[in-house]
Amino acid sequence: MSAMRELKITPIKNGTVIDHIGNGLSLEVLKIIGVNELDKDSTVSVALHVRSQKLGWKDIVKVENMELSPRKVNAIALIAPTATISIIRDFRVREKRPVDLPDRIVGVIRCPNSNCITNRHEPVESEFEVARRRPVVLRCIYCERSVDEFRPLLI
Amino acid sequence: MSLKGRDIISIRDLSREEIEEVIKASRRMLPYAEGTKAGHQLDGHVLTLAFFEPSTRTRLSFETAMARLGGRCVTIADAGTSSLSKGETLYDTIRVLSAYGDAIVLRHPNEGAARLAAQASNKPVLNAGDGAGQHPTQTLLDLATMQEAVGTLSGLKVVLLGDLKYGRTVHSLAHALALFGAELVLSSPPSLKLPDEVREHLDEMGAKVTEEGQLHRAIRDADVLYVTRIQRERFGDEAEYARVAGSYRIDRAVLAGAKPRLVVLHPLPRTAEIAPEIDDTPHAAYFRQVFLGVPVRMALLCLVLTGKAQ
Repeated sequence: MSAMRELKITPIKNGTVIDHIGNGLSLEVLKIIGVNELDKDSTVSVALHVRSQKLGWKDIVKVENMELSPRKVNAIALIAPTATISIIRDFRVREKRPVDLPDRIVGVIRCPNSNCITNRHEPVESEFEVARRRPVVLRCIYCERSVDEFRPLLI
Repeated sequence: MSLKGRDIISIRDLSREEIEEVIKASRRMLPYAEGTKAGHQLDGHVLTLAFFEPSTRTRLSFETAMARLGGRCVTIADAGTSSLSKGETLYDTIRVLSAYGDAIVLRHPNEGAARLAAQASNKPVLNAGDGAGQHPTQTLLDLATMQEAVGTLSGLKVVLLGDLKYGRTVHSLAHALALFGAELVLSSPPSLKLPDEVREHLDEMGAKVTEEGQLHRAIRDADVLYVTRIQRERFGDEAEYARVAGSYRIDRAVLAGAKPRLVVLHPLPRTAEIAPEIDDTPHAAYFRQVFLGVPVRMALLCLVLTGKAQ
């Protein structure tokens, strides 16, 4: 990223940068991060519609003083599969990796089958296995229903 | 490879070899199922039947299978008499039931209930139908009937006819037949076609699948015709239902163009899909299919409870 472009969002000392978010998907990513749960001194920066060599256009989200839980990373992997996550500590990128969908997705989306036992009052979390990776298709391990549209189902 | 202690939730949990083992064992169970030999394989075993949805055939065939092999059943046959009606979760109910018998057979109106029950129970759980979901013992007895009637399960040409969208038996059966390299011919009204996800799954398994709306063309050269019920409630319009149901009716005239050894199966109960005049022809295997539910469930119970079925 060039110096000029970097200035569009100020650097952060500690926190997480979610880059290469598909164009227009950053608001969904913010929902997953849960902006209300953040430290009150944290700044969240969002860049929409940024030029990207890889994607054409992309969104970027930077969150100060927060590292994402594995569950939130899994949710981002579902909604924005092209995203990369960088952990920043003391202004340096300590870790950078693409989001990666694990073989099992627990408690991230609810089952679209309203008659599935996971949508009843039972002490159980939704759980899906990855039936296909490109494009992503998940299958509920309980009722075996397949799902390929995740946004309306986020928990 | 042993089925001892295993949960049987979905036909997908079983490999081709395991399915073959159950079917082979079910043949050894025939004299016990017919009552010509008294069985003691399950002496001292107790099976808990938890039926939270009405069922006669499946429940009675499990009870018969246990009784003829010397075992006993304790049964909840009505959700109203169980603590579920007091608001207890299924999870807790199953946890409690697993303290009593050696295995649990569950029929429940919600899809995925059997998988949840298997997590709650420290005893094996056998799924006897969860909502519109899985019903693996039905698939096993369908396959056992084909094996007996045709003599093999390899390379069969099987026509799946009728409601391929909602019929839970058909999806499991299609998966199992694909494991055995069957050629599948789908014949259904356009509104009741096999769901795309099931079709894609079959394609991924490498199954040869074709569609043929014309019944007489679909059954030409077929070894097995598997008929399902077209339910009235799937149609808003009575006239439309009558038209569609009428075009999928099997009678002597339809079967005139089929192989003499074509086998007709149906999970029953039937409405008008198969004319009674077929019942006494060599094609009809659906009542035999009902009977084979007993030896197949005997075999499965023996394998799950004791690890062997002699």
